[in-house]
This record gives sequence, C-alpha cells and structure tokens, in this order.
Amino acid sequence: MSGGRVITLQIDGRDCGAREEQTILEVARENGIYIPTLCHLNGLHPVGGCRICLVEIAGAPRPLPACVTHPVEGMQVTTDNPELRRQRRLILELMLAEGNHICAVCVVNGHCELQELALQLGVDHLEVPALYPSREVDASHPRFGLDRNRCVLCTRCVRVCGEIEGAHTWDVMGRGLQAMVISDLNQPWGEAESCTGCGKCVQVCPTGALFEKGKSAGEMVKRHLHLPLLTAMRREEEAGE
Amino acid sequence: MPPAASASSGPADTDQAATPNIPQCTPSNTPKHDASDKRWRPVEAAMRRNGYRPGGLIEALHAVQRSYGYIDDASMRALGATMQLPLSKIYGVVTFYHFFHLKPKGRHTCVVCLGTACYIKGADRLLQAISREQQMQPGETSADGRLSLLTARCVGSCGQAPAVVIDDLVQGQAEGSAINRQLARLNGREEERPAATATKGPPAAGEART
Ligand code: SF4
Ligand code: SF4
Ligand code: FES
Ligand code: FES
Repeated sequence: MSGGRVITLQIDGRDCGAREEQTILEVARENGIYIPTLCHLNGLHPVGGCRICLVEIAGAPRPLPACVTHPVEGMQVTTDNPELRRQRRLILELMLAEGNHICAVCVVNGHCELQELALQLGVDHLEVPALYPSREVDASHPRFGLDRNRCVLCTRCVRVCGEIEGAHTWDVMGRGLQAMVISDLNQPWGEAESCTGCGKCVQVCPTGALFEKGKSAGEMVKRHLHLPLLTAMRREEEAGE
Repeated sequence: MPPAASASSGPADTDQAATPNIPQCTPSNTPKHDASDKRWRPVEAAMRRNGYRPGGLIEALHAVQRSYGYIDDASMRALGATMQLPLSKIYGVVTFYHFFHLKPKGRHTCVVCLGTACYIKGADRLLQAISREQQMQPGETSADGRLSLLTARCVGSCGQAPAVVIDDLVQGQAEGSAINRQLARLNGREEERPAATATKGPPAAGEART
C-alpha cells in the first residue's frame, strides 16, 4: 500500500511518520501506542460512533475520535491524561447505564470487550443513574441469538454483514433511546430472508448481545475474524476472474 | 368504504406467500405495486427521476406516503427490490424521520413537539397528560381511526414552546387540559357529521389527507 503524502506528527511526544489518508489510530498502533477503541474494528469502515478513542490535539477546541481523524503535518496528539480518562470513563458509564449489563449471567463474561474496557478505565460503579430498560430478545434464529439489553449500538454487526458478507441483514432503526438494531423489516432474525447464517455478526459483536445458542454464562468466546484478509482475498478472486 | 374492510385490503396487506421471489422483481411487477395501481405511478416516477439510484430513497418514500398516507412493508419491499437497497436500511431511514409513518394515520393528528425548547418548557409532562387522557401511547392511532398521537423534534415554533400541532395548526404555550379539551371537541364535531367522515377511511384517506 502506498500513495498519499508523507506527514510527520507527534503522538505523546514521539515523532511518527504517517500517510495523510491514515487515521491517528492507525498511526498510533503502528508505533505501538495504545488507544482504547470499541466501535472500531480493523477491516470495517470506521464510523466514529462510540467516542471511546478520544484524543487531544494541540490547538483543537475539543477532543476528537482517533479512529476517524486524519493526521496533519506537525500535529501534536495526546492519547492519555487524566481528563481524557475521565471523559472515556463517563462515556462508558453512560453506555452501561443505558442498557442492562449484568455480567455475572452473560454468555461472554470474562471475554467481553465492554467489560475489559470498564476494567481498564476503572469503572467499578456508575455515577449516572441506570435506566434498566426492557428491551427485546430475539431467539428466532436457529443457531444464534440477539439480546438487545447488552447492545451498545456500535454497529459492528451492521457493517460486517453489509460490507463483508454483503447481506446487510442488520441496520439501526429509530433514534435516541429508542434506537435498536433490527433485521430486515424489523422482523424476527430467523425470518429475515437476507441472512445467510454466516455468523460473522456474532463473532465481531464486542458484547454478549449477539451470541451462539446453547452457551451458558461465560462460555462464549468470540472467534477473532481477520476481516482485512477476507476483503483482500475477495479482491484477489475478483481480479483473477 | 368502512375502515374495517380497508384495513385488510389496503397497502398494509403483506401476505408473505405473495412475495416469494424478491430478486426477480422488476420496477413494476411487485405485488400490489404494479402498473395497474395508479397510486404507485408517482412512486415509480420518483425512482425513475433519480435513475433508480439508492440516493433517491427519501424522495421515493415521500411519494409512497403521499400516495398511500403511510409506508407499509410491501412498499418497502418494492422499493428495495427496485432500487437494490437492503430492507433493514430502508426501515432504518423510515423510522429515523418522524415525518414517515409505518401505519395509517388517524383522521386527526396531534403532534407534541419534544424539541429542546419545548422539552425545557415541560413537553414530556404535557405529552404524558395527553397520552393519559386519550389513553394512547405516542405513535399510536386510536382504534376507531379518529386520532393519531405523534411526536416531533422541533416544529419551528420554539418561541411559543411548548408547542402542539393539531391538524396542522400550531398551538403555542400548550397546556395539557386545554389540549385535551380541544381534542374532545374534535371528537364531538365528528359525531355531529358522521357522513362527512365515513368516506375518509384509508386507503382513500391517503390521497385526501396528504
Ligand atoms: S449471520 Fe451473517 S448474514 Fe446473517 S446477519 Fe449475521 S453477518 Fe449477516
Ligand atoms: S448487536 Fe453487538 S455488534 Fe451489533 S450493534 Fe449491538 S453491540 Fe454492536
Ligand atoms: S473507536 Fe473511535 S469512535 Fe468508536
Ligand atoms: S423545540 Fe418545539 S418548536 Fe422548536
């Protein structure tokens, strides 16, 4: 991969080289600098939805999401300080308060990206009142289930199904607190004609919202999918035709 | 046509068996949405204007709602097949905008604004008061098809917050009891002239009202 002008910027005081089409997150990772993420997943188009990856940029009036912000010559990026940590913690708390995240009974307990982030950011209690919504569980698919109570609306499932599998079974309906993921015309997943049953959405879901049936608490470990590889192989096939 | 009969014969009819082979649908052979249905023609025209490209979705949805008064599953399937759009994406767009309706609207509408200005002025309590008195949840239409209780995000009358729009007329500084009285009056007027409203059941209502 090449193309694009080469830029130098500073991340946490370290000089980094980058191409202008890269994101700050990509450059940071290339240089071994860790920025927490949630909605971002290598191989899917970034949407900048969760804001966990906020970083400070000298001269910018407010923090910006690293996964959708491009580097500029001479930029100075800070990826970690008490204020950023406070903001990330609050964002995570709001996410937790909006759904029902009862880890002890969750299929991915111990293997959950949300739980991992909470540990990392030191969220051991909520400062905002929890909403305890009652959200629908969809168990109509023969092999998989969707528990919306654990969904954080990261849209990874929407994107992997649309961009990689090409089925686009999922999307988000409504807005605000009423927003939720739906399959086809808001019909039971098991009746959605577009679903091929490939299971990619289940594997990329960062929480226990999408799960394999027949697993009990803590039993589900998500298989890491090499999405960039899938895309590359498909491009190869197409070129070979 | 009595509303009861039209409920099963209008565009809401989404007979599963009637839509088996979605991929083979061409612009005008989808069930209930073919050239014989005059009401589908403006929708077809809207899609054609945009070269059947996905970008024309919103315009096509407006056309559907103008023709039928609301947007049913069969229409969304027809749009999806014609413009090659995923069903969930269309559903997402329809439910994102307060303007679009998935079910037929009542003969009267009461829209409570929940925009920022109105919210600060107690729109949530106002909505509760109306919802309780009318015995319907926001988004619902009464069983007799008389009233729809809807919400919106800013109706452009922030200076008169909280605002309620009854049948396209903005009521500023709205109060629960006054709105409920007004809705009761609408009901009373209807009962005086049953003949005038009896013909207004959907699907004809779609053309007459919007
Ligand atoms: S199983 Fe595959 S096709 Fe079905 S919804 Fe999930 S990602 Fe899409
Ligand atoms: S179901 Fe999982 S992957 Fe899909 S939006 Fe919710 S949390 Fe994200
Ligand atoms: S990871 Fe960047 S906004 Fe979610
Ligand atoms: S917020 Fe209600 S009219 Fe603007």
